[in-house]
Amino acid sequence: MAFYIFRRFVNYFILSAIATCLAYVVASLALDPASKYYGRNPQPSKQTITNILNGLGVNPDVPVLERLWNWIVNLVVHGSLGNTVGGTSVVDQIVSRSGVSLRLLLIGSVIGAIVGVTLGVWGAVRQYKFSDQVVTYGSYLVFATPTFVIGVLLMIGATALNGAAGMQLINFTGEYSAGLSGSWWDLTADRAVHLLLPTVALVLIGAAGYSRYQRSVMLDVLSADYIRTARAKGRSRNAALVRHGVRVALIPMSTFFAYSFGTLVSGSIMLEIVFSFHGMGEFTLNAITQSDINAVAGSTLFLAVLVLFSSTLSEVLYAALDPRVRN
Amino acid sequence: MTDLVSAQGPSTPARTGAPLLEVTDLSVTFPQRGGPDVNAVRGISYQVHKGEFLGIVGESGSGKSVSSLALMGLLPSSARVTGSIRFGGRSLLDLNDRQLSGIRGREISMIFQDPLSALTPVYTVGDQIAEALLLHDSALGKRAAQARAVELLKIVGIPAPERRAKAFPHEFSGGMRQRAMIAMSIANDPQLIIADEPTTALDVTIQAQILEVLEKAKELTGAAVVLITHDLGVVAGHADRIAVMYAGKLVENGTTTEVFAAPHMPYTIGLLRSVPNMQTAGTERLVPLEGRPPSLTALPRGCPFAARCPIAIDVCRETEPGLLVHGLTLPDDLPDDLAAEHVADHVSACHRSDEIASGLLTRADVFPRPAPLAVQHSRARAEAEPVLSVTGLVRHFPLTKGGVFSRQIGTVRAVDGVSFSIQAGQTLGLVGESGCGKSTTILEILEMTRPQAGRILIDGKDVSGLGRAELLRLRKDVQIVFQDPMAALDPRLPIGDIIGEPLTVHGVKPDARQGRVAELLDLVGLDPQMADRYPHEFSGGQRQRIGIARALATNPRLVVLDEPVSALDVSIQAGVINLLEDLKEKLNLSYLFVAHDLAIVRQIADTVAVMYLGRIVEYGPVAEVFARPRHPYTQALISAAPIPDPVIERSRKRVLLEGDLPSPTEQIDGCNFRSRCPLYTLLADADKALCETVDPALRSHGQVETACHHVERNDLAISASLAGREDELAP
Amino acid sequence: MSLLEETNAAGGTPVVTPAPGPAGPDVIRSAKPLSRGRLIWRRLTQTSRFWVGAIAIAVILLWAVLGPLLYPYNATGRDPLNMGLGPTQLHWFGTNNIGQDLYAQTLVGLQKSIVIGLIAGPLGTLIAAVVGSVAGYMGGVVDRVLVWCINLLLVLPSFILLVILSPLFKGLSWVFLTIFIAGFSWMIMAQVVRSQTKSLRDRDFVKAARYMGVPMPTILGRHIIPNIASLLIIDATLGVVASILAETGLSYFGFGIRAPDVSLGTLLAEGTSAAVTRPWLFVFPAGVLILTLFAVSLIGDALRDAVDPTSGVNRD
Repeated sequence: MAFYIFRRFVNYFILSAIATCLAYVVASLALDPASKYYGRNPQPSKQTITNILNGLGVNPDVPVLERLWNWIVNLVVHGSLGNTVGGTSVVDQIVSRSGVSLRLLLIGSVIGAIVGVTLGVWGAVRQYKFSDQVVTYGSYLVFATPTFVIGVLLMIGATALNGAAGMQLINFTGEYSAGLSGSWWDLTADRAVHLLLPTVALVLIGAAGYSRYQRSVMLDVLSADYIRTARAKGRSRNAALVRHGVRVALIPMSTFFAYSFGTLVSGSIMLEIVFSFHGMGEFTLNAITQSDINAVAGSTLFLAVLVLFSSTLSEVLYAALDPRVRN
Repeated sequence: MTDLVSAQGPSTPARTGAPLLEVTDLSVTFPQRGGPDVNAVRGISYQVHKGEFLGIVGESGSGKSVSSLALMGLLPSSARVTGSIRFGGRSLLDLNDRQLSGIRGREISMIFQDPLSALTPVYTVGDQIAEALLLHDSALGKRAAQARAVELLKIVGIPAPERRAKAFPHEFSGGMRQRAMIAMSIANDPQLIIADEPTTALDVTIQAQILEVLEKAKELTGAAVVLITHDLGVVAGHADRIAVMYAGKLVENGTTTEVFAAPHMPYTIGLLRSVPNMQTAGTERLVPLEGRPPSLTALPRGCPFAARCPIAIDVCRETEPGLLVHGLTLPDDLPDDLAAEHVADHVSACHRSDEIASGLLTRADVFPRPAPLAVQHSRARAEAEPVLSVTGLVRHFPLTKGGVFSRQIGTVRAVDGVSFSIQAGQTLGLVGESGCGKSTTILEILEMTRPQAGRILIDGKDVSGLGRAELLRLRKDVQIVFQDPMAALDPRLPIGDIIGEPLTVHGVKPDARQGRVAELLDLVGLDPQMADRYPHEFSGGQRQRIGIARALATNPRLVVLDEPVSALDVSIQAGVINLLEDLKEKLNLSYLFVAHDLAIVRQIADTVAVMYLGRIVEYGPVAEVFARPRHPYTQALISAAPIPDPVIERSRKRVLLEGDLPSPTEQIDGCNFRSRCPLYTLLADADKALCETVDPALRSHGQVETACHHVERNDLAISASLAGREDELAP
Repeated sequence: MSLLEETNAAGGTPVVTPAPGPAGPDVIRSAKPLSRGRLIWRRLTQTSRFWVGAIAIAVILLWAVLGPLLYPYNATGRDPLNMGLGPTQLHWFGTNNIGQDLYAQTLVGLQKSIVIGLIAGPLGTLIAAVVGSVAGYMGGVVDRVLVWCINLLLVLPSFILLVILSPLFKGLSWVFLTIFIAGFSWMIMAQVVRSQTKSLRDRDFVKAARYMGVPMPTILGRHIIPNIASLLIIDATLGVVASILAETGLSYFGFGIRAPDVSLGTLLAEGTSAAVTRPWLFVFPAGVLILTLFAVSLIGDALRDAVDPTSGVNRD
């Protein structure tokens, strides 16, 4: 089993590495880092610009594969991802920003998965009853709403709530209240409040997807022969559904977890910007607007590593849940 | 057949006292969304006494499974169940799910058809058996339950039960899973075991094993058994009583001897006459039972069988007959004591049962045997060139693991040196258990690519040396009919296009195509007007006729028939088999007939080849092989196939095979049948050594070729296995 | 399962009466049963969700086309007397801070978003159908390479890929954006089509065609694609939703539709800064967007239910 997972890991590792390299190439071809400097007033000399670009390793006159090679060597030998156009180290930026992003992503996806799976099982067991219809229509409403709209609508709602309460019940701008000082506990509580709305938004997105998928898997399981066998042995309907049904219906969810991860990552990137978090989402999108090739490459590497880990995790879950793949 | 009745049959348990199970006027209806209700079961009544073995026989859709699930309270909640089911003094229909779950598994247990999907894939077999124990005995500890589970696995004949209890269902073979299901069903010493088609998904050799285990389970627990099946042969040897179901109704119910010897209901008569019997097959034509059961959503007035019944009279189309005792006149040679006992509760639902029972209408009157087709061709038996000749065909599959870095971990020897040939106008039957390589063999022939080793000659041309155009021409001569008539026809195309598809490849103009399609439909007994209909508008038997018409479109010389009737209901099979026989005569076709049903092979084939693990182990004229099987495997196959005749079935000598087909990846030195060979175990060590070291080649023994070192001694196995059986039964 | 099959088989068989005449004893004339297409249509039209969605979409489409003709203001003109005003009888959705009419802008944006969705959704499905069926049918090396490419494209979220690529279509018309959206939304469906094709390839009617010598493109077109058509229709429907979501997402963050073009995404981007103080600037376009996508989702869901033969059966 360990070998099976290791093999899957190697497979994903290769895929992620190639995806990152391709992203580097595409970004190098699509972005024009020099344009930024030509727009400056006074315009820097050609030589100055070339020097800057060479310093960053993004000079478009150097063949793109050579730049890619240098980037890889730099990464492997020095553990460096180069500098941003602002002159800071990409690695430093990622280190300081990733915590913000990971916290949101982790809390949001875990709670979303739990809520979604529960709602899915509930909906399948109560198929076409009122509660199932509510969950179904609710999830379609979430699907029909762009992530950033969910974020902004939550903000409008929170503002209305704050207005009604006459005080700042829910803070939602930024990741923490600037200038707040106090005990560790106060700071943590402040961060938690700031995290509330984006987490709710991410949970909604995750739960909507998970619940639909879990519901359809569970419906398949409901008619499975082994549920009938369990009942023929003397289990009551509900006990058979929980002990035999839910347990089997969780297996395909481990694969869905990997699929849904991309949606959640895009969702959390959008939410970070809507809620003005200084996380990896902001870093990535800024990098594109500023034609910062090193930053783009760094953030795609970050994402690829995330995907690598989530895919491997989903394989581990799959192997843990399903004895049929273990050998 | 009446003269076969004898006192040899097992003594029917006395039906005294209150019945264990009493079903009265049970009806099950499924409401459908946006459609008429499905009347799956319509007012059936029967009783099961303590220790009795009841066989419920019926085709798909007859309501046999639904009625049994109703007993267990396992129907979907949308089903409307009425009537009464009394079990051990309680009315089961009045109990709720929680109360029923106290009875299920403890007093009534059930064995399902498909043992793979019936076991939860994520728990070990031992855990699932222990679960059945723990649910009804809270005092039992977990460890004790596990120990008991191991014991139960041992009882049902699973080798190394301690290790096997820790295995997951997917690590079990089909036969072992069904054994585990039986272990689960007897865990709490139930009073009634319901087995719903327990052997349908299994090979004949495994089926014979499972039926033995079921008998053993019955003996151990003293439980009554209700065996639901479509196979008359399966019930013939085991059941005390038989209930026949048709279109949701019970149409005949009586002792096994009585129902087989003197059926009163035309449907039962038709079924019995349409099933090929391995003892008599090949000597006369089968009796077809035409048509199909009515839709359960729109039942006609009167008797549901009237539309298919050759002796239906006006009253049959007006009123539905009740289930009544008919005609006490008996066949003369039936011993009186048996007669009295048997007839008292032999009931049937037919307006003309009295005439049948009294002998006014004989069975041949009801379903006459069709006359054989006059032979139109002088068969060119001595034609020099065989239509198909296969020599030393090999197909090995590398067994790989992994995605990116796949590596070979073994070789599946699916086909391992197979040779045979088919002359024009002849039929070769290829038989063997699933996994023996018969499907791979025909795929290799049909793919028409260069084989890994060996040669395939069609009409004398070697397929491996041919160009595209020549191959396409050759494809005209070889066509296939598939097993599942539903899967074989594209549901999106009208049948005219389906039948005409082979012609499009050869550039036949649409007009000519239409004419040919009409011709073909007529040839297979379908109305040419129906060419614009879609496959779903036809019944299984009709679809198979469409498949045959498609195969004949290009005027082939050889038709490969891949289990062409095994997916059809028994009553439909005879019609299709007769059609195939007629077509062969009319068109001078050759058939390569792949099947696992030996009776049908005997019916249609001229030559038979028995395959085991990628090899042909016996090859010869069909009558000779069936009369005097020389290879122990052939002997076992033939003796495992049930015969729909209780008298023969109960007095037969059996060669039971041990265990399952070994994995084809295994490299076995010497004879690859050794691990299951009943003869091998009886040999002296010196003789054994030969089996262990030398791979037997096919050698001629009279007209038959057999791959066994010890053909002369093959009587051993039969007598020894008989003795073994008696020993087993003695205590 | 066997129980369900048994009852379904019984329920599905049509009324039969034996045929008179010489055509043969097994000839049965059946009252013409419903073909699969008609059955799906009948089940579809029996669900209320389908009608709610279909009527809503019909109304929205009519509105998007005719709305601007029946309204005095256009999307770019300014009303200097009414700047930053809430909804009034004059300006139904209010105006922005330079006096542009939001109702007119919403309708123009809606048109653009719908056109992009209607092109990109089915286009993505088309790519998925071609790639998936070729990979599934051919197997072997072709399959491995295509699957590998699909997996590669799935490593990074397609939103990020589109953002990285956005400089490429920066100066180009919205048509290129549409093509890019379609180009990154087919992978998961291609995997589904591939696995369906693989199972169809082993179905006997496809084998039969192969043994007859029918060439591969004909088999794909005659047997494979028609048999997964219902799946593709559902995917195309839901693809419309996904494409509109992708377009609004990209436009919202400045990587999609750019001025002078207007889409619901750009409108929402403009409205966000004032979302808390002048909520109509955000809420109206958002509401129209959600309504549209919700209606299409309902149709897709009803389609899925109608196509899936086991849906709607009470399966406990």
